[in-house]
Amino acid sequence: MSLTRKDVENIAHLARLAITEAETPVYVDSLSKILSFVEQLNTADTAQVEPMAHPLKDQVQRLRADEVADVDQHHKYQRNAARVEAGLYLVPKVIE
Amino acid sequence: MTDFHHQTLTELSAGLKARRFSSVELTRHFLARIERLNGELNALITVTGEQALAAAARADQQLAAGNAGPLTGLPIVHKDIFCTDGVLTTCGSRMLSNFVAPYDATVVERLSQAGVIMLGKANMDEFAMGSSNETSWYGPVKNPWNLKKVPGGSSGGSAAAVAARIAPAATGTDTGGSIRQPAALTSLTGLKPTYGRVSRYGMIAFASSLDQAGTLTQSAQDSAMLLGAMAGFDPRDSTSVDAPVPDYLATLEQPLAGLKIGLLKEFFDQGLDEANGKLVRDALKVYEALGAKLVEVSLPNLPLSVPTYYVVAPAECSSNLSRFDGVRFGHRCENPHDLLDLYKRSRGEGFGAEVKRRIMTGTYVLSAGYYDAYYLRAQKVRRLITDDFAQAFQSVDVLMGPTSPTPAFDIGAKVDDPITMYLNDIYTIGANLAGLPAMSIPCGLLGGLPVGLQIIGPHFSESRLLNVAHGYQRETQWHRQIPQGYE
Repeated sequence: MSLTRKDVENIAHLARLAITEAETPVYVDSLSKILSFVEQLNTADTAQVEPMAHPLKDQVQRLRADEVADVDQHHKYQRNAARVEAGLYLVPKVIE
Repeated sequence: MTDFHHQTLTELSAGLKARRFSSVELTRHFLARIERLNGELNALITVTGEQALAAAARADQQLAAGNAGPLTGLPIVHKDIFCTDGVLTTCGSRMLSNFVAPYDATVVERLSQAGVIMLGKANMDEFAMGSSNETSWYGPVKNPWNLKKVPGGSSGGSAAAVAARIAPAATGTDTGGSIRQPAALTSLTGLKPTYGRVSRYGMIAFASSLDQAGTLTQSAQDSAMLLGAMAGFDPRDSTSVDAPVPDYLATLEQPLAGLKIGLLKEFFDQGLDEANGKLVRDALKVYEALGAKLVEVSLPNLPLSVPTYYVVAPAECSSNLSRFDGVRFGHRCENPHDLLDLYKRSRGEGFGAEVKRRIMTGTYVLSAGYYDAYYLRAQKVRRLITDDFAQAFQSVDVLMGPTSPTPAFDIGAKVDDPITMYLNDIYTIGANLAGLPAMSIPCGLLGGLPVGLQIIGPHFSESRLLNVAHGYQRETQWHRQIPQGYE
């Protein structure tokens, strides 16, 4: 599998990653190599195999009752945010 | 001069209980070693000296009052992937270089409640993505056995800290070998428990169907002590398994006569350094002498572990790391001109090259038109590998083989070639894909560098694995070796 520069730019956009002009060819090369490497998976006969969703047999993810389980600590949590005002996270203007 | 750093957790615990020394003395001793030796090793990102001494003083009060547990007053380091309330938690990334965690991970909370003292936070590959500890934003960690060599990764800081005895034990995490491979490369006992055995709450997520917390220690006995306090059901982790935690110390001394050991044919066939392989075979002879029976077993799909992992893990990583958006926490770029620019530049600047590579690999294999060909196929092969293991465990108690294809390699030797780097995990990834518990124990030195023996067991067989590892450590002294210059 060989990716083009345009492919990598598209993947970077989908992943919301700014990559530089200089980085792009490095990712074109290494991502192409990784995709070629994982093509070995085609050698396995998986026609009758169910995909695995959990490493432990018969385990399902638990659900819990929709009840208040924590106290409001937004002041503590928002200390890690770059910009906060009146308990709200600030981002560049989205709606004109 | 005290010899606290020559003692295992087990020995230090006995010393504290007998009041031969205090937790404050012990903590001061290790903080002094950190002060003297961490500069050359770069094993710790943050040292929490003041907090450690305050906690040690509290532990001493408990010890004096006679209400201390076996872990009360013992100092350790935590991998910097575990959230620690009020303490910088970086995950080895620029993205989190300003992140002060607002709560404790369950692992940290449980150990702290058991009286364990945190000395600091250990360096690691960025977001646990790496096998050499070279992807850290905080720079590479050096291997105390040879400062030009890597300590392995991603729990490289944890491994170097314990190997150099600047901490008597450490926590780590293992997504594809990140506890076992560094343990092997630094002559430690590394344990990755069964998926779901230890809570992932507060452990910064890389690949959620593979991540598991465990220990890097000087012995299997130390590992048993720590695991007992770390393991158990946690309602805050939806994949935590609700099963009782056995007394891991109670079964350590069981005889190994009649133990059936399966030798993984594929491991000895595939890319194994010959001299490295010989040391592993020598270790197997010790088990034979203890009455164990060796049989060769074949897991035909096991050679597909690495390609399976490098689809599944990046896919989960691309999803998990989407939470880093420059808004709620983490690095934020300067002067974003719109929201898209804020996301893209914050992430582009905050993540290092390997993390970006894995996010992009994951984004690609999950994208429209490629999902079936890559992700779904990998999840099918993952089941084939898991079934191979289940089949093998019908006829053997444990599987054994090497942990790593070679001893520690030079810093810089593999950084430019991701595939070569990924193949370091060729022997460790299988256990993660199948959710199995696995250990690495030291079994010799090759040109002055440590070699590890890997032991893999069925789900929830930690007691058995620790018993098997301990049996070897009663017969041999490899686990007591300390690198030159750190005695």
